[in-house]
Amino acid sequence: MATLTLNNVKKSFGKTDVIHGVSIDVQDGEFIVIVGPSGCGKSTLLRMVAGLETITDGEVQIGGRRVNEEEPMARDIAMVFQNYALYPHMSVFDNMAYGLKIAKVPRSEIEERVAQAAKLLQLEPYLQRKPRELSGGQRQRVAMGRAIVRKPAVFLFDEPLSNLDAKLRVQMRLEIRALQRELGVTALYVTHDQVEAMTMADRMIVMNGGIADQIGKPLEVYANPATEFVAGFIGSPPTNFMTGALLGRSAETKIGVRPEHITISDADRLKARVTYCEALGAETLVHLMVADGSKITVRQDASLPLPEEGTEVGLTWADADEMNFDATGKRI
Amino acid sequence: MAEHTGMVEKRGAGLWLTHLGLIIGVAFIFFPIWLAFVASTVSQPEIVRPPMPLWPGDQFFENYSKALTAGVNAPVALMLGNSLFMALGIAIGKIAISLLSAFAIVYFKFPGKKLFFWLIFLTLMLPVEVRIVPTYEVIANFGMLNSYQGLILPLIASATATFLFRQFFMTVPDELAEAARVDGAGPMRFFFDILLPMSRTNIAALFVILFIYGWNQYLWPLLITTDPDMNTIVMGIKQMFPSGDDIADWPVIMATSILAMVPPVIVVVGMQKLFIRGLVESEK
Repeated sequence: MATLTLNNVKKSFGKTDVIHGVSIDVQDGEFIVIVGPSGCGKSTLLRMVAGLETITDGEVQIGGRRVNEEEPMARDIAMVFQNYALYPHMSVFDNMAYGLKIAKVPRSEIEERVAQAAKLLQLEPYLQRKPRELSGGQRQRVAMGRAIVRKPAVFLFDEPLSNLDAKLRVQMRLEIRALQRELGVTALYVTHDQVEAMTMADRMIVMNGGIADQIGKPLEVYANPATEFVAGFIGSPPTNFMTGALLGRSAETKIGVRPEHITISDADRLKARVTYCEALGAETLVHLMVADGSKITVRQDASLPLPEEGTEVGLTWADADEMNFDATGKRI
Repeated sequence: MAEHTGMVEKRGAGLWLTHLGLIIGVAFIFFPIWLAFVASTVSQPEIVRPPMPLWPGDQFFENYSKALTAGVNAPVALMLGNSLFMALGIAIGKIAISLLSAFAIVYFKFPGKKLFFWLIFLTLMLPVEVRIVPTYEVIANFGMLNSYQGLILPLIASATATFLFRQFFMTVPDELAEAARVDGAGPMRFFFDILLPMSRTNIAALFVILFIYGWNQYLWPLLITTDPDMNTIVMGIKQMFPSGDDIADWPVIMATSILAMVPPVIVVVGMQKLFIRGLVESEK
């Protein structure tokens, strides 16, 4: 258990900069999710903390100690990989015990720690099996177990749930979070799934093209996105963007309104044509098209009347729900 | 029901024909070996006098014990030992060296990595025979004629095995190496604890192939071993042939041939399961 500090961390491969300087102070026991689309540098950032990638510039501190030059082992971290990376020829027990064996932990303590982790993860019946004899969810647990037995200062997760089916993913999401709380270990978790980010994070880092666009609590980020990218990336369906010109304002600005904040009414700010309605049961998504060709999605309660496809309707929203962005995408 | 029996009978006939064809094929290929075996169990006059015998005689123990203990130039037991030592040395040496060089090529970044790989790959195109004169020169200068080192060392580097292990290592996910690194395993520890056990079936398959390759070496041992005590069995058989007017001791020569076949057969049969697994699947 320890704090984790990134101080203007940068990474370049040759002349290409992939991480443009990320800084964050992670508190002891905090769960931080790094979220962003593929290629935004989130995995690279995690691997730099792990020690699997060199750090071009800046500093990584674990527990207040600079670890830039240290091997992964010496950094006191444990990592869960996307494809689990279990050793195929070793039993579940040996997979979990391998790191401890290398660290020359006494045999009795290894057995005790593995037994503890196995109990916690409900892996006790499988300790003698090989990874190929396990299901995806069980392999995932073994990967977690391998991380837990090390009793590391920081857990690192690299998209650990992306190989599981949707139902298992939701379940493991809760389990990982519960486990991390119980153990009280600082965690850094990479995902491209904004739902995982919203539900698991104490704070999240939204990455865009190697830049941390915003760092904050999930609901704060959702309510107050710092950039146009964040507003568009966090939330599903994404925020609707309209040009200033469309609403009779400065052409430089862009206005974003979340789908749930728009209502279909006669007291209209904007006219739009209904293209398609998706009734999801509890709510309905209404897709519309504005005169200039931009698309708008409205999320409304299922109890409200469905507009007919092809008709023109009025749209309105409260001033307070508007988010204004300048030409560079920054929030005004 | 009648139709069913008809079907079965028809299929049955096809099955019989297939088997008949296979049996004829096997008999055809096996016949010379059988003749060699028969020849190794009869006496010299019986072989020389036509027609050739087709059923084993009563000289089995006499011929084989004579071959094993006395032979023609050197006892066959000694030649078998020499061959075994050479074949094992070549197979194990080749596997050890190519595992390590493939490991270096796949997992390490060093200047000239590509160049070295292609240099190794290039030697694939040069069989032993092509470079046999310079190799002889080198070995002679090292004073390794008539020695095990001389038999083994020139044949110990294998581009084929290096290439095969390289291909296998490249299919091992990078995350495994990274996980081992996070677990605190250094490169050699990763090699011995993870890569080596994972290559088990590939190693077994290569061992079989390379053992037989080593066992069947003919030209090279023929060139560098002049001392009968260093003869290997495959070339030894040739040495047993008489020169000039001497009489060939055919029963002993045939017994030697049969004996020469036994170790490769044992290796193939003994490692069959691993060997086939190694050729068809890669355990990941």
